[in-house]
Amino acid sequence: MQNKPSRSLLTYAIVYLIFLYAPVMLLPLFAFNNSAIIALPLSGFTFHWFGLLWQTKALHEALYNSLMIALITSIGSTTLGIFAARAAARYEFPGKRGIMGFIMVPLVLPEIIVGVALLVVLIQLGMSLSAWTVIIGHVLICTPFSIAILQSAFNNMDRSLEEASMDLGENRIGTFFRVILPLVTPGIISSLLISFTISLDEFIIAFFLTGTDATLPVYIWSQLRFPARLPAIMALGFLMVVLSFILLLTAEYFRRRANRITGNSTSSEESIF
Amino acid sequence: MSDSKSSSFKRIFPTMTPDGWSGLKLVSPPFVYSLLMLAAPLVLVFLLSLWTQNYLELDRTFTTANYKEALSEKLYQTLMIRSLTISGIVTAVTVLLAYPIAYYVAFFGGKRKSLWLLLITIPFWTSYLIRVFLWKVILGYNGVVNGSLMGLGFIEEPLSFILYNANAVVITLAHAWAPFAILPIFVSLSRIDHSLLEAARDLGDGPIRRFFRVTLPLSMPGVVAASLIVFIPTVGDYVTPKLLGGTDGLMIANMIQIQLGKANNAPLGSALAVSAMIIVASISIAFVLINRKFLKTKT
Repeated sequence: MQNKPSRSLLTYAIVYLIFLYAPVMLLPLFAFNNSAIIALPLSGFTFHWFGLLWQTKALHEALYNSLMIALITSIGSTTLGIFAARAAARYEFPGKRGIMGFIMVPLVLPEIIVGVALLVVLIQLGMSLSAWTVIIGHVLICTPFSIAILQSAFNNMDRSLEEASMDLGENRIGTFFRVILPLVTPGIISSLLISFTISLDEFIIAFFLTGTDATLPVYIWSQLRFPARLPAIMALGFLMVVLSFILLLTAEYFRRRANRITGNSTSSEESIF
Repeated sequence: MSDSKSSSFKRIFPTMTPDGWSGLKLVSPPFVYSLLMLAAPLVLVFLLSLWTQNYLELDRTFTTANYKEALSEKLYQTLMIRSLTISGIVTAVTVLLAYPIAYYVAFFGGKRKSLWLLLITIPFWTSYLIRVFLWKVILGYNGVVNGSLMGLGFIEEPLSFILYNANAVVITLAHAWAPFAILPIFVSLSRIDHSLLEAARDLGDGPIRRFFRVTLPLSMPGVVAASLIVFIPTVGDYVTPKLLGGTDGLMIANMIQIQLGKANNAPLGSALAVSAMIIVASISIAFVLINRKFLKTKT
Protein backbone atom coordinates (compact mmCIF):
# COMPACT_ATOMS: atom_id res chain seq x y z
CA MET A 1 0.00 0.00 0.00
CA GLN A 2 1.28 3.47 -0.73
CA ASN A 3 1.22 5.64 2.36
CA LYS A 4 0.81 8.97 0.66
CA PRO A 5 -2.43 9.89 -1.04
CA SER A 6 -2.31 11.13 -4.58
CA ARG A 7 -2.61 14.88 -4.78
CA SER A 8 -5.86 14.66 -6.75
CA LEU A 9 -7.53 12.65 -3.96
CA LEU A 10 -6.58 15.22 -1.34
CA THR A 11 -7.80 18.04 -3.59
CA TYR A 12 -11.06 16.17 -4.04
CA ALA A 13 -11.43 15.77 -0.27
CA ILE A 14 -10.98 19.51 0.24
CA VAL A 15 -13.39 20.47 -2.56
CA TYR A 16 -15.91 18.02 -1.12
CA LEU A 17 -15.62 19.61 2.33
CA ILE A 18 -16.25 23.02 0.78
CA PHE A 19 -19.39 21.58 -0.84
CA LEU A 20 -20.51 20.20 2.53
CA TYR A 21 -19.94 23.52 4.29
CA ALA A 22 -21.26 25.79 1.51
CA PRO A 23 -24.79 26.35 2.89
CA VAL A 24 -23.71 26.70 6.52
CA MET A 25 -21.01 29.24 5.59
CA LEU A 26 -23.71 31.55 4.24
CA LEU A 27 -25.49 31.75 7.60
CA PRO A 28 -23.14 34.19 9.35
CA LEU A 29 -23.01 36.31 6.16
CA PHE A 30 -26.76 36.88 6.04
CA ALA A 31 -27.32 36.81 9.81
CA PHE A 32 -25.24 39.98 10.18
CA ASN A 33 -26.13 41.53 6.83
CA ASN A 34 -27.82 44.91 6.97
CA SER A 35 -30.45 44.22 4.30
CA ALA A 36 -33.97 42.79 4.31
CA ILE A 37 -33.22 40.77 1.17
CA ILE A 38 -31.25 37.54 1.27
CA ALA A 39 -28.97 38.13 -1.73
CA LEU A 40 -25.44 39.12 -2.60
CA PRO A 41 -23.73 41.60 -2.51
CA LEU A 42 -23.71 42.21 1.24
CA SER A 43 -24.63 45.72 2.29
CA GLY A 44 -23.39 46.25 5.85
CA PHE A 45 -23.03 44.89 9.35
CA THR A 46 -25.89 44.78 11.88
CA PHE A 47 -27.11 43.05 15.03
CA HIS A 48 -30.68 44.12 14.19
CA TRP A 49 -31.92 40.62 13.29
CA PHE A 50 -30.77 39.17 16.60
CA GLY A 51 -32.64 41.97 18.39
CA LEU A 52 -35.73 41.08 16.38
CA LEU A 53 -35.48 37.48 17.56
CA TRP A 54 -35.40 38.73 21.12
CA GLN A 55 -38.74 40.49 20.60
CA THR A 56 -40.63 37.77 18.72
CA LYS A 57 -42.97 36.10 21.20
CA ALA A 58 -44.17 33.30 18.89
CA LEU A 59 -40.56 32.25 18.49
CA HIS A 60 -40.02 32.05 22.24
CA GLU A 61 -43.10 29.87 22.64
CA ALA A 62 -41.98 27.58 19.82
CA LEU A 63 -38.52 27.37 21.33
CA TYR A 64 -39.95 26.51 24.75
CA ASN A 65 -42.18 23.80 23.21
CA SER A 66 -39.25 22.34 21.29
CA LEU A 67 -36.97 22.30 24.32
CA MET A 68 -39.59 20.55 26.48
CA ILE A 69 -40.37 18.02 23.74
CA ALA A 70 -36.67 17.37 23.14
CA LEU A 71 -35.99 16.99 26.87
CA ILE A 72 -38.80 14.46 27.46
CA THR A 73 -37.97 12.66 24.20
CA SER A 74 -34.31 12.29 25.11
CA ILE A 75 -35.17 10.86 28.54
CA GLY A 76 -37.80 8.50 27.05
CA SER A 77 -35.68 7.21 24.19
CA THR A 78 -32.57 6.82 26.36
CA THR A 79 -34.58 4.83 28.94
CA LEU A 80 -35.99 2.53 26.26
CA GLY A 81 -32.51 2.40 24.71
CA ILE A 82 -30.94 1.24 27.99
CA PHE A 83 -33.37 -1.69 28.18
CA ALA A 84 -32.80 -2.76 24.58
CA ALA A 85 -29.03 -2.20 24.53
CA ARG A 86 -28.47 -4.04 27.81
CA ALA A 87 -30.62 -6.95 26.61
CA ALA A 88 -28.79 -7.13 23.28
CA ALA A 89 -25.31 -6.81 24.77
CA ARG A 90 -25.70 -9.18 27.69
CA TYR A 91 -28.29 -11.86 26.82
CA GLU A 92 -29.10 -14.35 24.11
CA PHE A 93 -32.84 -14.76 23.74
CA PRO A 94 -35.16 -16.30 21.17
CA GLY A 95 -36.04 -14.01 18.28
CA LYS A 96 -33.26 -11.60 19.26
CA ARG A 97 -32.39 -10.61 15.71
CA GLY A 98 -36.01 -10.10 14.74
CA ILE A 99 -36.96 -8.12 17.84
CA MET A 100 -33.88 -5.88 17.71
CA GLY A 101 -34.31 -5.43 13.96
CA PHE A 102 -37.92 -4.41 14.46
CA ILE A 103 -37.05 -1.82 17.12
CA MET A 104 -34.45 -0.36 14.71
CA VAL A 105 -36.93 -0.11 11.79
CA PRO A 106 -37.61 3.65 12.18
CA LEU A 107 -34.00 4.20 11.03
CA VAL A 108 -34.92 3.06 7.51
CA LEU A 109 -38.52 4.22 7.42
CA PRO A 110 -39.23 7.56 5.73
CA GLU A 111 -40.28 9.93 8.51
CA ILE A 112 -43.41 10.85 6.61
CA ILE A 113 -44.63 7.24 7.00
CA VAL A 114 -44.14 7.42 10.79
CA GLY A 115 -45.96 10.76 10.81
CA VAL A 116 -48.85 9.52 8.65
CA ALA A 117 -49.25 6.29 10.64
CA LEU A 118 -49.39 8.03 14.02
CA LEU A 119 -51.66 10.78 12.70
CA VAL A 120 -54.13 8.21 11.34
CA VAL A 121 -54.25 6.38 14.69
CA LEU A 122 -54.72 9.56 16.70
CA ILE A 123 -57.55 10.73 14.44
CA GLN A 124 -59.27 7.33 14.60
CA LEU A 125 -58.96 7.28 18.39
CA GLY A 126 -60.36 10.80 18.46
CA MET A 127 -57.35 12.09 20.39
CA SER A 128 -56.36 15.70 20.04
CA LEU A 129 -52.91 16.67 18.80
CA SER A 130 -50.51 18.17 21.31
CA ALA A 131 -46.89 18.26 22.36
CA TRP A 132 -47.37 14.72 23.72
CA THR A 133 -48.27 13.29 20.32
CA VAL A 134 -45.06 14.80 18.92
CA ILE A 135 -43.13 13.23 21.81
CA ILE A 136 -44.59 9.78 21.01
CA GLY A 137 -43.29 10.06 17.44
CA HIS A 138 -39.92 11.48 18.43
CA VAL A 139 -39.25 8.74 21.00
CA LEU A 140 -39.95 6.21 18.25
CA ILE A 141 -37.35 7.64 15.85
CA CYS A 142 -34.75 8.51 18.52
CA THR A 143 -34.72 5.13 20.28
CA PRO A 144 -32.71 3.38 17.50
CA PHE A 145 -29.99 6.05 17.79
CA SER A 146 -29.93 5.68 21.58
CA ILE A 147 -29.63 1.90 21.19
CA ALA A 148 -26.74 2.21 18.72
CA ILE A 149 -24.80 4.48 21.10
CA LEU A 150 -25.63 2.56 24.27
CA GLN A 151 -24.98 -0.85 22.73
CA SER A 152 -21.38 0.09 22.10
CA ALA A 153 -21.09 1.34 25.70
CA PHE A 154 -22.53 -1.92 27.07
CA ASN A 155 -20.46 -4.03 24.67
CA ASN A 156 -17.23 -2.31 25.64
CA MET A 157 -17.90 -2.92 29.32
CA ASP A 158 -15.72 -5.51 30.97
CA ARG A 159 -17.97 -8.43 32.00
CA SER A 160 -15.61 -9.41 34.85
CA LEU A 161 -16.51 -6.21 36.77
CA GLU A 162 -20.13 -7.31 36.79
CA GLU A 163 -19.19 -10.83 37.88
CA ALA A 164 -16.94 -9.48 40.62
CA SER A 165 -19.84 -7.44 42.01
CA MET A 166 -22.11 -10.52 42.02
CA ASP A 167 -19.39 -12.62 43.68
CA LEU A 168 -19.00 -9.98 46.37
CA GLY A 169 -22.66 -10.44 47.30
CA GLU A 170 -24.44 -7.67 45.40
CA ASN A 171 -27.72 -8.75 43.77
CA ARG A 172 -28.64 -8.11 40.13
CA ILE A 173 -30.40 -4.82 40.75
CA GLY A 174 -27.69 -3.54 43.05
CA THR A 175 -25.05 -4.54 40.51
CA PHE A 176 -26.92 -2.73 37.76
CA PHE A 177 -27.23 0.53 39.66
CA ARG A 178 -23.88 0.49 41.46
CA VAL A 179 -21.55 -1.03 38.88
CA ILE A 180 -23.03 -1.15 35.37
CA LEU A 181 -24.81 2.19 35.29
CA PRO A 182 -21.80 4.25 36.44
CA LEU A 183 -19.67 2.52 33.80
CA VAL A 184 -22.06 3.39 30.97
CA THR A 185 -22.95 6.90 32.22
CA PRO A 186 -20.92 8.66 29.53
CA GLY A 187 -22.80 6.57 26.93
CA ILE A 188 -26.09 7.62 28.52
CA ILE A 189 -25.14 11.30 28.41
CA SER A 190 -24.10 10.95 24.79
CA SER A 191 -27.42 9.23 23.99
CA LEU A 192 -29.38 11.98 25.78
CA LEU A 193 -27.57 14.69 23.81
CA ILE A 194 -27.95 12.97 20.43
CA SER A 195 -31.68 12.27 20.84
CA PHE A 196 -32.19 15.79 22.20
CA THR A 197 -30.55 17.20 19.05
CA ILE A 198 -32.53 14.94 16.70
CA SER A 199 -35.83 15.83 18.36
CA LEU A 200 -35.01 19.54 18.33
CA ASP A 201 -34.42 19.48 14.57
CA GLU A 202 -37.16 17.03 13.51
CA PHE A 203 -39.73 18.64 11.25
CA ILE A 204 -41.99 16.19 9.39
CA ILE A 205 -43.38 14.28 12.39
CA ALA A 206 -43.82 17.51 14.34
CA PHE A 207 -45.53 19.08 11.30
CA PHE A 208 -48.06 16.22 11.20
CA LEU A 209 -48.59 15.71 14.92
CA THR A 210 -48.31 19.14 16.49
CA GLY A 211 -51.54 20.79 17.53
CA THR A 212 -51.57 24.46 18.39
CA ASP A 213 -48.17 24.28 20.10
CA ALA A 214 -45.78 24.77 17.16
CA THR A 215 -42.25 23.43 17.61
CA LEU A 216 -39.24 25.45 16.49
CA PRO A 217 -38.91 23.75 13.06
CA VAL A 218 -42.67 24.11 12.48
CA TYR A 219 -42.33 27.81 13.35
CA ILE A 220 -39.36 28.20 10.98
CA TRP A 221 -41.35 26.46 8.23
CA SER A 222 -44.21 28.93 8.70
CA GLN A 223 -41.77 31.84 8.41
CA LEU A 224 -39.99 30.66 5.25
CA ARG A 225 -42.97 31.81 3.17
CA PHE A 226 -42.51 35.47 4.14
CA PRO A 227 -39.43 37.11 2.55
CA ALA A 228 -39.44 39.88 5.18
CA ARG A 229 -38.97 37.35 7.98
CA LEU A 230 -36.00 35.59 6.39
CA PRO A 231 -33.06 37.64 7.76
CA ALA A 232 -34.23 36.94 11.32
CA ILE A 233 -34.45 33.23 10.44
CA MET A 234 -30.84 33.41 9.22
CA ALA A 235 -29.85 34.90 12.58
CA LEU A 236 -31.77 32.14 14.33
CA GLY A 237 -30.05 29.53 12.15
CA PHE A 238 -26.66 30.98 13.04
CA LEU A 239 -27.42 30.75 16.76
CA MET A 240 -28.57 27.15 16.28
CA VAL A 241 -25.38 26.20 14.43
CA VAL A 242 -23.29 27.56 17.28
CA LEU A 243 -25.41 25.79 19.92
CA SER A 244 -25.53 22.42 18.20
CA PHE A 245 -21.78 22.65 17.59
CA ILE A 246 -21.27 23.00 21.35
CA LEU A 247 -23.75 20.18 22.05
CA LEU A 248 -22.06 17.88 19.55
CA LEU A 249 -18.59 18.54 20.95
CA THR A 250 -19.89 17.78 24.45
CA ALA A 251 -21.47 14.53 23.24
CA GLU A 252 -18.24 13.59 21.49
CA TYR A 253 -16.23 14.31 24.65
CA PHE A 254 -18.43 12.01 26.73
CA ARG A 255 -18.40 9.30 24.08
CA ARG A 256 -14.62 9.22 24.11
CA ARG A 257 -14.59 9.19 27.89
CA ALA A 258 -17.05 6.30 27.76
CA ASN A 259 -14.63 4.31 25.67
CA ARG A 260 -11.74 5.20 27.93
CA ILE A 261 -13.57 4.31 31.16
CA THR A 262 -14.68 0.93 29.85
CA GLY A 263 -11.10 0.32 28.83
CA ASN A 264 -11.67 0.05 25.11
CA SER A 265 -10.03 2.63 22.92
CA THR A 266 -9.73 0.70 19.68
CA SER A 267 -13.40 0.84 18.75
CA SER A 268 -13.73 4.54 19.48
CA GLU A 269 -13.65 5.51 15.84
CA GLU A 270 -16.59 3.55 14.52
CA SER A 271 -18.76 3.01 17.56
CA ILE A 272 -21.09 5.97 17.18
CA PHE A 273 -21.81 5.26 13.59
CA MET B 1 -42.36 -15.10 37.06
CA SER B 2 -44.05 -18.15 38.65
CA ASP B 3 -42.71 -21.64 38.17
CA SER B 4 -45.85 -23.07 36.59
CA LYS B 5 -45.83 -20.30 34.01
CA SER B 6 -42.18 -20.80 33.16
CA SER B 7 -42.64 -24.58 32.87
CA SER B 8 -45.52 -24.14 30.43
CA PHE B 9 -43.34 -21.81 28.42
CA LYS B 10 -40.56 -24.37 28.65
CA ARG B 11 -42.75 -26.85 26.85
CA ILE B 12 -43.04 -24.39 23.99
CA PHE B 13 -39.40 -23.33 24.07
CA PRO B 14 -37.52 -26.37 25.38
CA THR B 15 -34.13 -24.75 24.78
CA MET B 16 -34.98 -21.56 26.66
CA THR B 17 -32.36 -20.67 29.27
CA PRO B 18 -32.85 -18.41 32.32
CA ASP B 19 -30.68 -15.90 30.48
CA GLY B 20 -33.12 -16.06 27.58
CA TRP B 21 -35.98 -15.06 29.89
CA SER B 22 -33.99 -12.22 31.41
CA GLY B 23 -33.16 -10.96 27.93
CA LEU B 24 -36.78 -11.11 26.79
CA LYS B 25 -38.04 -9.35 29.91
CA LEU B 26 -35.41 -6.66 29.51
CA VAL B 27 -36.13 -6.03 25.84
CA SER B 28 -39.90 -5.98 26.29
CA PRO B 29 -40.43 -2.25 27.14
CA PRO B 30 -38.87 -0.95 23.90
CA PHE B 31 -40.37 -3.86 21.95
CA VAL B 32 -43.89 -3.23 23.26
CA TYR B 33 -43.46 0.49 22.56
CA SER B 34 -42.54 -0.28 18.94
CA LEU B 35 -45.47 -2.69 18.61
CA LEU B 36 -47.97 -0.14 19.95
CA MET B 37 -46.60 2.98 18.31
CA LEU B 38 -45.28 1.61 15.03
CA ALA B 39 -46.66 -1.83 14.13
CA ALA B 40 -50.25 -1.09 15.21
CA PRO B 41 -50.39 2.29 13.43
CA LEU B 42 -48.96 0.74 10.25
CA VAL B 43 -51.64 -1.99 10.38
CA LEU B 44 -54.28 0.70 10.78
CA VAL B 45 -52.88 2.65 7.82
CA PHE B 46 -53.20 -0.54 5.77
CA LEU B 47 -56.81 -1.10 6.92
CA LEU B 48 -57.67 2.53 6.24
CA SER B 49 -56.31 2.22 2.72
CA LEU B 50 -58.97 -0.45 2.10
CA TRP B 51 -61.82 1.77 3.30
CA THR B 52 -63.50 4.73 1.63
CA GLN B 53 -63.95 8.34 2.67
CA ASN B 54 -67.47 9.67 2.04
CA TYR B 55 -67.12 13.33 2.95
CA LEU B 56 -67.10 13.24 6.75
CA GLU B 57 -67.94 9.56 7.14
CA LEU B 58 -65.71 6.58 6.75
CA ASP B 59 -67.16 3.61 4.83
CA ARG B 60 -65.60 0.49 6.37
CA THR B 61 -66.40 -1.99 3.60
CA PHE B 62 -63.25 -3.45 2.11
CA THR B 63 -62.40 -2.27 -1.36
CA THR B 64 -59.28 -2.01 -3.47
CA ALA B 65 -60.58 1.12 -5.19
CA ASN B 66 -58.00 3.36 -3.47
CA TYR B 67 -55.17 1.22 -4.78
CA LYS B 68 -56.67 1.21 -8.28
CA GLU B 69 -56.79 4.99 -8.14
CA ALA B 70 -53.33 5.33 -6.59
CA LEU B 71 -51.74 3.12 -9.24
CA SER B 72 -53.72 4.04 -12.36
CA GLU B 73 -54.36 7.79 -12.03
CA LYS B 74 -51.90 9.64 -14.27
CA LEU B 75 -51.00 12.27 -11.65
CA TYR B 76 -50.11 9.75 -8.96
CA GLN B 77 -48.18 7.61 -11.45
CA THR B 78 -46.14 10.64 -12.49
CA LEU B 79 -45.41 11.60 -8.89
CA MET B 80 -44.45 8.05 -7.93
CA ILE B 81 -42.16 7.58 -10.93
CA ARG B 82 -40.64 11.02 -10.39
CA SER B 83 -40.00 10.28 -6.69
CA LEU B 84 -38.29 7.00 -7.54
CA THR B 85 -36.26 8.56 -10.37
CA ILE B 86 -35.11 11.53 -8.29
CA SER B 87 -34.22 9.27 -5.35
CA GLY B 88 -32.40 6.89 -7.67
CA ILE B 89 -30.33 9.72 -9.15
CA VAL B 90 -29.72 11.22 -5.69
CA THR B 91 -28.56 7.83 -4.43
CA ALA B 92 -26.16 7.30 -7.34
CA VAL B 93 -24.75 10.84 -7.14
CA THR B 94 -24.41 10.78 -3.34
CA VAL B 95 -22.72 7.38 -3.21
CA LEU B 96 -20.35 8.16 -6.13
CA LEU B 97 -19.32 11.48 -4.56
CA ALA B 98 -19.02 9.92 -1.10
CA TYR B 99 -16.86 6.94 -2.08
CA PRO B 100 -13.58 8.82 -2.73
CA ILE B 101 -13.88 10.81 0.50
CA ALA B 102 -14.58 7.64 2.51
CA TYR B 103 -11.62 6.03 0.73
CA TYR B 104 -9.38 8.97 1.55
CA VAL B 105 -10.32 9.00 5.25
CA ALA B 106 -10.12 5.22 5.63
CA PHE B 107 -6.72 4.76 3.97
CA PHE B 108 -4.97 8.10 4.41
CA GLY B 109 -6.73 9.58 7.45
CA GLY B 110 -4.03 8.26 9.76
CA LYS B 111 -4.42 9.62 13.27
CA ARG B 112 -6.84 12.28 12.05
CA LYS B 113 -9.64 9.86 11.09
CA SER B 114 -11.91 11.00 13.94
CA LEU B 115 -11.26 14.63 13.11
CA TRP B 116 -12.20 14.05 9.46
CA LEU B 117 -15.40 12.26 10.47
CA LEU B 118 -16.27 15.08 12.85
CA LEU B 119 -15.60 17.66 10.11
CA ILE B 120 -17.89 15.74 7.76
CA THR B 121 -20.76 15.52 10.25
CA ILE B 122 -20.70 19.03 11.77
CA PRO B 123 -22.61 20.84 8.97
CA PHE B 124 -25.43 18.31 9.37
CA TRP B 125 -26.15 19.03 13.00
CA THR B 126 -27.82 22.28 12.00
CA SER B 127 -31.47 22.82 11.19
CA TYR B 128 -32.45 20.69 8.20
CA LEU B 129 -35.04 23.27 7.12
CA ILE B 130 -32.54 26.11 7.16
CA ARG B 131 -29.95 24.03 5.29
CA VAL B 132 -32.46 23.23 2.55
CA PHE B 133 -33.52 26.87 2.43
CA LEU B 134 -29.89 27.98 2.08
CA TRP B 135 -29.63 25.90 -1.08
CA LYS B 136 -32.45 28.03 -2.41
CA VAL B 137 -30.29 31.05 -1.62
CA ILE B 138 -27.31 29.47 -3.39
CA LEU B 139 -29.22 28.32 -6.48
CA GLY B 140 -31.75 31.19 -6.74
CA TYR B 141 -32.22 33.65 -9.61
CA ASN B 142 -30.19 36.29 -7.81
CA GLY B 143 -28.53 33.75 -5.59
CA VAL B 144 -24.91 33.05 -4.88
CA VAL B 145 -24.18 30.98 -8.01
CA ASN B 146 -25.96 33.24 -10.47
CA GLY B 147 -24.77 36.40 -8.72
CA SER B 148 -21.12 35.35 -8.85
CA LEU B 149 -21.30 34.08 -12.43
CA MET B 150 -22.98 37.29 -13.62
CA GLY B 151 -20.63 39.43 -11.53
CA LEU B 152 -17.67 37.74 -13.15
CA GLY B 153 -19.25 38.18 -16.55
CA PHE B 154 -19.52 34.48 -17.43
CA ILE B 155 -23.27 34.68 -18.02
CA GLU B 156 -25.61 37.54 -18.82
CA GLU B 157 -28.89 36.06 -17.65
CA PRO B 158 -29.47 33.99 -14.52
CA LEU B 159 -29.26 30.24 -15.07
CA SER B 160 -32.79 28.93 -14.65
CA PHE B 161 -32.15 25.19 -14.76
CA ILE B 162 -30.96 25.10 -11.16
CA LEU B 163 -34.03 26.26 -9.23
CA TYR B 164 -37.64 25.12 -8.93
CA ASN B 165 -37.10 21.86 -10.74
CA ALA B 166 -35.83 18.33 -10.22
CA ASN B 167 -32.15 19.37 -10.59
CA ALA B 168 -32.37 21.61 -7.53
CA VAL B 169 -33.98 18.76 -5.58
CA VAL B 170 -31.19 16.37 -6.60
CA ILE B 171 -28.39 18.81 -5.63
CA THR B 172 -29.96 19.60 -2.27
CA LEU B 173 -30.72 15.99 -1.35
CA ALA B 174 -27.26 14.82 -2.47
CA HIS B 175 -25.88 17.34 0.00
CA ALA B 176 -28.32 16.56 2.81
CA TRP B 177 -27.61 12.82 2.76
CA ALA B 178 -23.83 12.94 2.22
CA PRO B 179 -22.72 11.82 5.71
CA PHE B 180 -25.18 8.93 5.66
CA ALA B 181 -23.42 7.63 2.56
CA ILE B 182 -19.86 8.36 3.70
CA LEU B 183 -20.03 6.62 7.07
CA PRO B 184 -21.09 3.08 6.04
CA ILE B 185 -18.60 3.09 3.14
CA PHE B 186 -15.88 4.32 5.49
CA VAL B 187 -16.64 1.53 7.97
CA SER B 188 -16.46 -1.21 5.34
CA LEU B 189 -13.26 0.24 3.82
CA SER B 190 -11.63 0.37 7.26
CA ARG B 191 -12.35 -3.30 7.78
CA ILE B 192 -10.42 -4.40 4.68
CA ASP B 193 -7.42 -6.52 5.60
CA HIS B 194 -4.39 -4.69 4.19
CA SER B 195 -2.54 -7.94 3.57
CA LEU B 196 -5.07 -8.70 0.82
CA LEU B 197 -4.14 -5.46 -0.94
CA GLU B 198 -0.43 -6.25 -0.55
CA ALA B 199 -1.03 -9.74 -1.92
CA ALA B 200 -2.76 -8.27 -4.98
CA ARG B 201 0.17 -5.94 -5.54
CA ASP B 202 2.74 -8.69 -5.08
CA LEU B 203 0.88 -10.82 -7.58
CA GLY B 204 1.22 -8.09 -10.17
CA ASP B 205 -2.02 -6.09 -10.05
CA GLY B 206 -1.64 -2.39 -10.80
CA PRO B 207 -3.46 0.19 -8.66
CA ILE B 208 -6.54 0.31 -10.92
CA ARG B 209 -6.92 -3.44 -11.31
CA ARG B 210 -6.32 -3.87 -7.60
CA PHE B 211 -9.03 -1.35 -6.81
CA PHE B 212 -11.63 -3.01 -9.04
CA ARG B 213 -10.71 -6.58 -8.15
CA VAL B 214 -10.02 -6.29 -4.41
CA THR B 215 -10.94 -3.00 -2.75
CA LEU B 216 -14.26 -2.32 -4.46
CA PRO B 217 -15.74 -5.83 -4.04
CA LEU B 218 -14.68 -5.90 -0.38
CA SER B 219 -16.28 -2.52 0.28
CA MET B 220 -19.56 -3.40 -1.46
CA PRO B 221 -21.41 -4.09 1.82
CA GLY B 222 -20.81 -0.45 2.73
CA VAL B 223 -21.88 0.74 -0.72
CA VAL B 224 -25.10 -1.31 -0.55
CA ALA B 225 -25.87 -0.04 2.97
CA ALA B 226 -25.15 3.55 1.93
CA SER B 227 -27.40 3.22 -1.14
CA LEU B 228 -30.33 1.93 0.90
CA ILE B 229 -29.84 4.48 3.69
CA VAL B 230 -30.03 7.28 1.11
CA PHE B 231 -32.64 5.81 -1.23
CA ILE B 232 -35.34 4.77 1.25
CA PRO B 233 -35.83 8.05 3.12
CA THR B 234 -35.34 10.35 0.11
CA VAL B 235 -38.29 8.76 -1.72
CA GLY B 236 -40.44 10.09 1.11
CA ASP B 237 -38.81 13.51 1.42
CA TYR B 238 -41.28 16.34 1.80
CA VAL B 239 -39.35 19.52 2.56
CA THR B 240 -36.89 19.68 -0.35
CA PRO B 241 -39.38 19.17 -3.20
CA LYS B 242 -41.77 21.64 -1.56
CA LEU B 243 -39.13 24.37 -1.15
CA LEU B 244 -37.00 23.84 -4.26
CA GLY B 245 -38.95 21.60 -6.60
CA GLY B 246 -41.43 24.07 -8.06
CA THR B 247 -44.35 22.29 -9.72
CA ASP B 248 -42.17 19.93 -11.77
CA GLY B 249 -40.25 18.73 -8.76
CA LEU B 250 -43.05 17.75 -6.37
CA MET B 251 -42.85 14.20 -5.06
CA ILE B 252 -45.15 11.55 -3.63
CA ALA B 253 -44.80 12.70 0.00
CA ASN B 254 -46.27 16.08 -0.94
CA MET B 255 -49.32 14.31 -2.40
CA ILE B 256 -49.72 12.08 0.68
CA GLN B 257 -49.71 15.22 2.83
CA ILE B 258 -52.31 16.89 0.58
CA GLN B 259 -54.60 13.84 0.76
CA LEU B 260 -54.38 13.72 4.55
CA GLY B 261 -54.77 17.47 4.87
CA LYS B 262 -56.57 19.69 2.38
CA ALA B 263 -58.14 16.94 0.26
CA ASN B 264 -59.43 15.19 3.40
CA ASN B 265 -59.07 11.75 1.83
CA ALA B 266 -57.04 9.80 4.38
CA PRO B 267 -57.84 6.40 2.78
CA LEU B 268 -56.37 7.49 -0.57
CA GLY B 269 -53.38 9.06 1.22
CA SER B 270 -52.89 5.77 3.09
CA ALA B 271 -53.10 3.78 -0.14
CA LEU B 272 -50.45 6.06 -1.67
CA ALA B 273 -48.25 5.64 1.42
CA VAL B 274 -48.64 1.84 1.45
CA SER B 275 -47.98 1.61 -2.31
CA ALA B 276 -44.87 3.75 -1.95
CA MET B 277 -43.64 1.59 0.93
CA ILE B 278 -44.21 -1.65 -0.99
CA ILE B 279 -42.51 -0.33 -4.13
CA VAL B 280 -39.54 1.02 -2.17
CA ALA B 281 -39.22 -2.20 -0.17
CA SER B 282 -39.32 -4.31 -3.38
CA ILE B 283 -36.65 -2.18 -5.05
CA SER B 284 -34.48 -2.37 -1.92
CA ILE B 285 -34.83 -6.15 -1.67
CA ALA B 286 -34.06 -6.55 -5.37
CA PHE B 287 -31.01 -4.33 -4.94
CA VAL B 288 -29.75 -6.44 -2.05
CA LEU B 289 -30.35 -9.67 -4.00
CA ILE B 290 -28.45 -8.36 -7.05
CA ASN B 291 -25.49 -7.62 -4.78
CA ARG B 292 -25.79 -10.71 -2.60
CA LYS B 293 -22.52 -12.24 -3.76
CA PHE B 294 -20.69 -9.29 -2.18
CA LEU B 295 -22.64 -9.48 1.06
CA LYS B 296 -21.76 -13.01 2.14
CA THR B 297 -20.21 -12.73 5.56
CA LYS B 298 -16.79 -14.22 6.00
CA THR B 299 -16.73 -17.09 8.48
